[in-house]
Amino acid sequence: MTATGIGAPVRRKEDFRFVTGRGRYVDDINRPGQAYAFFVRSPHAHANIRGIDASAALAHPGVLSVLTGDDIAADKVGGLICGWAIFNKDGSPMRAGPHPALAQGKVRYVGDHVAVVIAETLAAARDGAEKVAVDYEVLPAAADIAAARKSGAPQIHEAAPNNAVFDWHLGDKAATDAAFARARHVTKLEIVNNRLAPNPMEPRAAVGEYDFGSDSFTLYTTSQNPHVARLVLSAFIGIAPEHKLRVVAPDVGGGFGSKIFIYAEETVCVWASRKVGRPVKWTCDRTEAFLCDAHGRDHVTHAELAIGDNNRIIGLRVHTDANLGAYLSTFASSVPTYLYAPLLSGQYDIPAIYAQVDAWYTNTAPVDAYRGAGRPEATFVVERLVEVAARELRMDPAEFRRANFVRTFPHQTPVIMAYDAGDYEASLKKAQEMHDVKGFGARKAASAAKGKLRGLGYSAYIEACGIAPSAAVGSLGAGVGLWESAEVRVNPIGTVEILTGSHSHGQGHETTFAQLVSDRLGIPIDNVSIVHGDTDKVQMGMGTYGSRSGAVGMSAIYKALDKIEAKAKKVAAHVLEASETDIEFKDGKFTVKGTDKAADFGTIALNAYIAHKFSGQELEPGLKESAFWDPTNFTFPAGVHICEVEFDPADGVVRIDRWTAVDDFGKVINPLIVEGQVHGGIAQGVGQALYEGAVYDEAGQLVTASYMDYCMPRADNLPSYNVGMTVTPCPSNPLGIKGCGEAGAIAAPPAVINAITDALGHENISMPATPEKVWRAAQGVVPRQAAE
Amino acid sequence: MAKVSMVVNGKPVSGEVEPRTLLVHFLRETLRLTGTHVGCDTSQCGACVVHVDGAAIKSCTTLAVSCEGAHVTTIEGLAQGDRLHPMQEAFRDNHGLQCGFCTPGMIMTAVDMVNRKGNRLDETTIRHELEGNICRCTGYHNIVKAVAAGAANMPAKAAAE
Repeated sequence: MTATGIGAPVRRKEDFRFVTGRGRYVDDINRPGQAYAFFVRSPHAHANIRGIDASAALAHPGVLSVLTGDDIAADKVGGLICGWAIFNKDGSPMRAGPHPALAQGKVRYVGDHVAVVIAETLAAARDGAEKVAVDYEVLPAAADIAAARKSGAPQIHEAAPNNAVFDWHLGDKAATDAAFARARHVTKLEIVNNRLAPNPMEPRAAVGEYDFGSDSFTLYTTSQNPHVARLVLSAFIGIAPEHKLRVVAPDVGGGFGSKIFIYAEETVCVWASRKVGRPVKWTCDRTEAFLCDAHGRDHVTHAELAIGDNNRIIGLRVHTDANLGAYLSTFASSVPTYLYAPLLSGQYDIPAIYAQVDAWYTNTAPVDAYRGAGRPEATFVVERLVEVAARELRMDPAEFRRANFVRTFPHQTPVIMAYDAGDYEASLKKAQEMHDVKGFGARKAASAAKGKLRGLGYSAYIEACGIAPSAAVGSLGAGVGLWESAEVRVNPIGTVEILTGSHSHGQGHETTFAQLVSDRLGIPIDNVSIVHGDTDKVQMGMGTYGSRSGAVGMSAIYKALDKIEAKAKKVAAHVLEASETDIEFKDGKFTVKGTDKAADFGTIALNAYIAHKFSGQELEPGLKESAFWDPTNFTFPAGVHICEVEFDPADGVVRIDRWTAVDDFGKVINPLIVEGQVHGGIAQGVGQALYEGAVYDEAGQLVTASYMDYCMPRADNLPSYNVGMTVTPCPSNPLGIKGCGEAGAIAAPPAVINAITDALGHENISMPATPEKVWRAAQGVVPRQAAE
Repeated sequence: MAKVSMVVNGKPVSGEVEPRTLLVHFLRETLRLTGTHVGCDTSQCGACVVHVDGAAIKSCTTLAVSCEGAHVTTIEGLAQGDRLHPMQEAFRDNHGLQCGFCTPGMIMTAVDMVNRKGNRLDETTIRHELEGNICRCTGYHNIVKAVAAGAANMPAKAAAE
């Protein structure tokens, strides 16, 4: 391993600009002649729009234009799309209503986009928006699943009778029912997976600009996947063909899924820039982000686990209701289906699984992928079930897991996935040792002596990452392929630019990707630049989500580097006057087998361009190659997290005493960055378990629409984390990478709740386990000296 | 419109602003110092922290005109050319940032913490003092390490300004 190669904890290349305030985020961009957009949003969860009177707004000083749904319809701008087709149990397609960028006759959630005011300044746009008079006919609202599914519920979309989007299933129902019929024990749980607001610290923003000279648009946007944004805006929304639309996603301040999607605001900014003849900028404020960024989770699940002889799991059955909000966001339909149910086997050998998922429209913000997307929901179901089952069987929860682990690979689950590699026992063993599980009894006794409750909870999670083989996801309803692209440009002096379709919004690709190149070509890491986030530079790509940038994005780079090496060897053969088959390349040097003839990488790069040593007819000059990598399987990161909590039954304030995470991410390129991803993921998972919840009242008003009401985890709510790794290389990509971006958020919630319920001695607690809930749950629970 | 003058990062500046203009917008839009960020509008997240007359404040809830005559330091004023401030260096060394959006506010808060609490900061103190700064990426683990390291590396009786 070199100091900057694969496996080295290289300090990040991007950080100089961030620590000096020189990052360039979308809101930092101002274009000449720029105007500002402010959206008029619905204050009602459900209403017909009888009329919009913009005359007072238009008379306000500085206001340039007020645009409504009628204007966008007149210009034949298409609606927003959901890119994943789900089919009902009877084979019919899901029932999706229209999703206009500006409301057309009806609003369906608080924050829905009614009109946009464009003005010389943001203040004028904001003032103008207050003067837009909208005549609403307020309708009854259905703010949650229970209200939406009731007979006589308000009808949100004509296309979806009874607000039912789809009823979908996966697995063998008959086999699963048979397993339950012969079970020795059945564990049952009712689970609410609480609704979350993603909250990247950078609010979304967009600048749309139209150039009359070239009849082309540029959109600067806070996107995790600028090429997908361009594809959707071109092919579906129809704003401009792709060669007339450049999408730039510069530094992006976190995404966590919420910046995958193509929203109304950037659509309107691009469209309006031609309409008003000025660049149009919109920057979200935090309350708008709470109202309109796609939320995450929001499942209600009835889950059952069937246990047979020898404490072996013989079946798992779930019925999940998923809230998709008022409109189907870009990938909304895939989250509670193919990103959820295929993970219900967990790390366990379960012969029969059946999942039924019903999805509902409600008068709330759209719900879509949020860090983990479906996999945290599945893991919470599985890891709560196995924990509770072990307690009911009076078994050590770790031993119950051990008894049911998948132990041979490849392992075909009954729900699509074929696990390719793993060693779940190794992660569990290492986590128990690192955590000092043996010392838990003494710690519990010490807590009890102080009148405090202490509990320990496991989470043995698995996830499917490296999203994803294009043909496979296509067969499941995806509207796109999920390969990744890379282009390697070697400059004549031997420096290298990597153009990647992946997008970094905190993940550190400028460093990690450069480590791969430095390692492979034997050149200093400072001689490598990573170019991403601009559709005019990178031809096409699928972006960053689903922990895919390492496994898929870097594999594309690896494949392009294969081609670079092959071409460079041909050049080297001419330069070194040897046969191509005798050329070897190692540590940045080309050598001729059995001789002392050698040339460094820079010399060969220069010769590729000056092209004096070979004929251009037999070998093309230049050194630039590209590759598209389409994976053959998902990757399967897995691991064990152990959470230990202590709280006083008198106040219910849960303190995480220690956290141990042992993850198997396959091969690790930069351990510093990977550990950072684990820390951040755990924090978000702890946030879900203890602090966060997006709450609507019965009328559909979001009552948690600022940081004064929605509890974001602070530094003093969280512990330091004890992080370790085990490694089984991933066999389905050339680098052996599995992915690490979502693991913490997937693993953490059940670990926390398992720890709290262990301390309580009963299972009656829901997320977020706030002090009030824990205090209520702890009434009558007496701290015991013994650890069972 | 109101005229406002102040000293920002050692340089006298002035501008004509609407009286309701917030300090953060004066810094970002009038002076184009875009390192100071707006993350929440309600002074919880701390992405907008700058120093006014030596104390950390949230510039998203401070009127620009209320800083008339003040000395303001932003993240852009911390390094000496290419030489990073010890706290900036510590964030880089300890991977104390991911997306970078909260980072300027975190660093300005951390420097202020050292100015008030000294160079030896334990984990409990750091975590408590960071309650007004939210990070969504790092889980705070490496931020806490960075603040401790940066504090230790700042000159004793440090004055960042």
